[in-house]
This record gives sequence, structure tokens and C-alpha cells, in this order.
Amino acid sequence: MTAAGISVTRRAPRRLADRLARPAFLACTVLAAATLVAVAGVLGVETVRFFGTVSPVRFFTEVDWTPFAEEPRFGVLPLLAATAQITAGAAFFAVPAGLMTAVYMEHYAGVRTERVLAGVTGLLAAVPTVVLGYFALTFVTPLLRALWPGTEAFNALSACLAVGLMILPTVIVFTRNALRSVPAALMETGLALGAGRGRVVARVMVPAAAPGIGAAVFLAMARAAGETMIVTLAAGNQAQLTWSPLEGLRTLTAYIAQSSLGDAPSGTVQYGAFFAVSAVLFAVTWGLHATGRFLMSRRSRGGLG
Amino acid sequence: MSVPTTRAAVPVLAAEDLTVRFGRRTALANVTLSVPRGRVVSLIGPSGGGKTTLLRAFNRMNELVPGVATTGTVRFDGVDLHGDEVDPVEVRRRIGMVFQQATLFPRSIFENVAFGPRASGYTGDLQELAEELLAAVGLWSEVAEDLDRPAMQLSAGQQQRLCIARTLALRPEVLLLDEPTSALDPAATARIESLIHSLRQDYTIVLATHGRRQAARLSDLTAYLAGGELIEYGPTETLFTTPRDRRTESYLTGRIA
Repeated sequence: MTAAGISVTRRAPRRLADRLARPAFLACTVLAAATLVAVAGVLGVETVRFFGTVSPVRFFTEVDWTPFAEEPRFGVLPLLAATAQITAGAAFFAVPAGLMTAVYMEHYAGVRTERVLAGVTGLLAAVPTVVLGYFALTFVTPLLRALWPGTEAFNALSACLAVGLMILPTVIVFTRNALRSVPAALMETGLALGAGRGRVVARVMVPAAAPGIGAAVFLAMARAAGETMIVTLAAGNQAQLTWSPLEGLRTLTAYIAQSSLGDAPSGTVQYGAFFAVSAVLFAVTWGLHATGRFLMSRRSRGGLG
Repeated sequence: MSVPTTRAAVPVLAAEDLTVRFGRRTALANVTLSVPRGRVVSLIGPSGGGKTTLLRAFNRMNELVPGVATTGTVRFDGVDLHGDEVDPVEVRRRIGMVFQQATLFPRSIFENVAFGPRASGYTGDLQELAEELLAAVGLWSEVAEDLDRPAMQLSAGQQQRLCIARTLALRPEVLLLDEPTSALDPAATARIESLIHSLRQDYTIVLATHGRRQAARLSDLTAYLAGGELIEYGPTETLFTTPRDRRTESYLTGRIA
């Protein structure tokens, strides 16, 4: 049976916008991918060249970072340790606070309270990091120095607090998503089984969301590890291997920011060091990010039925 | 079946002029109904007729929904369930509920059964309790090998039986079953029905169901609810053979879906 005048085999003429849509979208995708390839390429080439001069073993084992000394030393450990310290410190403050805020918003707060908290979270996410850095330097640091007089003007703790504030919205938003992916029926079931709300939250809802919450933590840490402005302003730029949170330090990012100001002429070993440090930073943030994405994918395959 | 007269006088559950609204929608309007001890009561009627709302009124689950408003009284053993001194957590321990969809926790079989007893501070041997309850729902022979298996790996019918075992673990006096077989195939449905049949020895059961035949097979008393109203309530046999209300008759003969 054929309907008169209509044939599925004949193509209707397509409008110009339709014909252009596909290549336009493709071009944008290619551009994004090409940028990534270019960044990785430049980092790779310059890093390999740098390791032609400085042995990678010494780069990863020496504990002095003095690229502009008469006898320059390129031990990346102080920078790496500083980044680890800032990242862990920020997570130390932001993860418990963010987790509890997200649980409160999802399982306790009324509609109005939840809306207010969501607004505040959004506002916090909109604060520029340079403002947070200044806040750390001019408000948090004096406070810390009042508490512990030995605190240096540039110190890790102040930066940790400010970076923690910066990643707090990330923790909250991703944790809320994870909690929301747990079927609400489980909450009802837990309550119907004679458990209090707190018990159902702690024993059922949060554990069921665990992979997603793990993802939230790693994605937030990836942001913290890559943060530059706050640590430059508040933690200073002293490449030293110290675990005291009250002393200054220099993260991978702070070094890159400083060295990209143009102290090192192109082609020199100091110039190469900038790329090697960038490659290390890229590896760190990519690793954290990939871990987060992996946990996220486990969440969606979690099979809660 | 004779019941001690002193206790038989007081119904286990009683709704008196109960009205439940969710926002502007009236889910239940002026319902008065009592559930005698040791009996199986079926709630039948079309979807949205008020079966689930009435069931959930009996263990104070409706109040978890934002925007709910309840008037009237619900009594458990004569005590007003909404009285000041009544703890909803305690109510839900004594009046257990099983949901339409098997809502197992994403944990092991054992952890699911142990959840309720743990919440109420059970001090006995949980392993023993789990074995007893899984046997009661006919699951023990199927899962005894590995209680640490994720509960989600069970078949749909097994999952629903595990849900019933998990509720029985509370040692409730009443079981509220909300369309427990609506998501199951005929074979699994038959198993649940024979389970309900065996549970009637020990529990007062209120069963909301879409299945007219299921109600006829399982219950002593049947209530027909439609549009939030209780249309007719009486002994199952009477209601099915000589309904007093024309609407009940229409529903039973299949003229109302």
C-alpha cells in the first residue's frame, strides 16, 4: 500500500542551517581536541628536552629547588610536596563540611532552607580565586598569627583554608548529585523498618552514594591541586620541604606562575624546568580527575535497581 | 477461629473519619474502618482510589510526604497513633510494611534482614534470626549457601520474599502489604500468596491489591475504596457474592478498571 504523493525514499531539500550544523559542531569538537593535543605536545617536547639536560632521577629525588642558583638544583619534591600539602589540607577542611552540608540539604532541610543553601553555594562558587587569596592574606593570616604568634606571613594553613573554601561548592554539588541518585524509596523503606532518619542516612543513603561521593572528593582535589592564585598570594613562594602548616611554601602552580613571568630566557635549562614542572602538575591533576571520573562511572553502573 | 474476648473487642487498627490530603488533592475522605485482630483484610479498588494512602496511614508513613494534611483518628490497639506520647519509629516497628516494588538496600542478603533488628537494638543472635526468617519466607534453602551475596542479585520474586523477611525481623504485630505481587510473574505471585496464607497464623495482615481474585483467595474481610472513599467493607465472601453497593458490583464484574 502506498500513500499517494508521499514517498519515503525521496529526500526533502534540506535547509542551509541543517546542512551546516554538522560540520560546524564537528569543527568545534576538533578545535577542542586539537588544543589539548597541542598543549600535551608542547609539554611533552619541552619536558623531554629538559630531561636531556637534567636527569629525571635527580629531578624526582633531590630535595632542593634552586633553578637560578650558581649551581642550579632541580629537585621537584619540595614543589610536589607543597601541592600535596595544600590539596590534602583543603580537602581536610572542605570534605567533611561539604559532605555534611550536602547530606543536610538532601535529607533534612525544608524546601526553603535548601533553596537558600543552594544559592549560597552558587555564590561561593562565583567568588574569584584572587579575592579568596586576598581574603586569606588579609583576614585569615592575621587571625592565625593571633592564635599562633610564630606563624609566618605567608603560610600553608591560610592557603589551605581559602582553597578549602574554593572547592567547597564542588564537594557539595557533586555529593548532592550522588545522594540524589540513590532511590528515595530506600529512605522510606529504612524509616518503615523502624530506623531513625539519621540511621537510614548513615547506614543506607550515604553508603549507597559512596562511589559518587568519592568522585566528588577527587574532582574537588583536582581543582585544589591546580589552584594558583590563592596559593601564590597566601602561601608565598619559598621552595622548601616543610610539613609545618604555619610556614610558607611553593606549590607547582606557584612556581609556574612565577617562572612564566619571563625570568628564564627561552632555550635555557630554567626555561625547560618550567615545562617539566607543568608536566608534573598536569599528571597530578589528570590523575585526580581520572580517579574521580572512574568513581563516577562506577556510580552509574552501581546497580541500585 | 476463636479469639480471646477481651482483646477481640478492641480492633488492632481502626481509622475513624480519616481524611488525608496531599496539597489540594484529597487522597482519602472520611474513611472509617477497623481491622480485627488475627484477620487478613484486603483493600481493593482502582489505582488512586486510596488503598495505599490508607495503608500508609496505619504506620504513619504519610507524614513523610511534604504538604500532607490529615484529619480524623487512627488507633492502634485503641491508642491514638498521633497522640503526643507516640513515637512514629516505635509505631513502624510494631506495624511492619512491605512495599509494591522490592526496595532492598544495596547490601548483602544478611545485612538486609539484620537492618531492622539492629536499628531497634536487638541483642540476640542475628545469624539465627536471619535463618529463621529466611526459612519462614521459603528463601533459606535458596540462599543458605551465601548470605553475603548482594541482595540485588536475587530474582524479583526472591527479592520480594526477602523484603517480607526483613519486615518480619521487626517482630511486628501487623503486616501492611502494599500490592506485594504487582511487579511479579504468576509463579512468583503464587509463592508470595502461599506465604501470606501461612503468615496469617501469626499476624494481622492488611493487603492492598489490584487483584480481585487475590483478595478473594487470601482475605477474611475486603474493603472497596474508590475516589478516596470507602464504598463498601465486609466479609470477603459476602462482598464478592452479594455486594450491597452498585459501584462495588461494577468493579468486581470488571466494569471499572
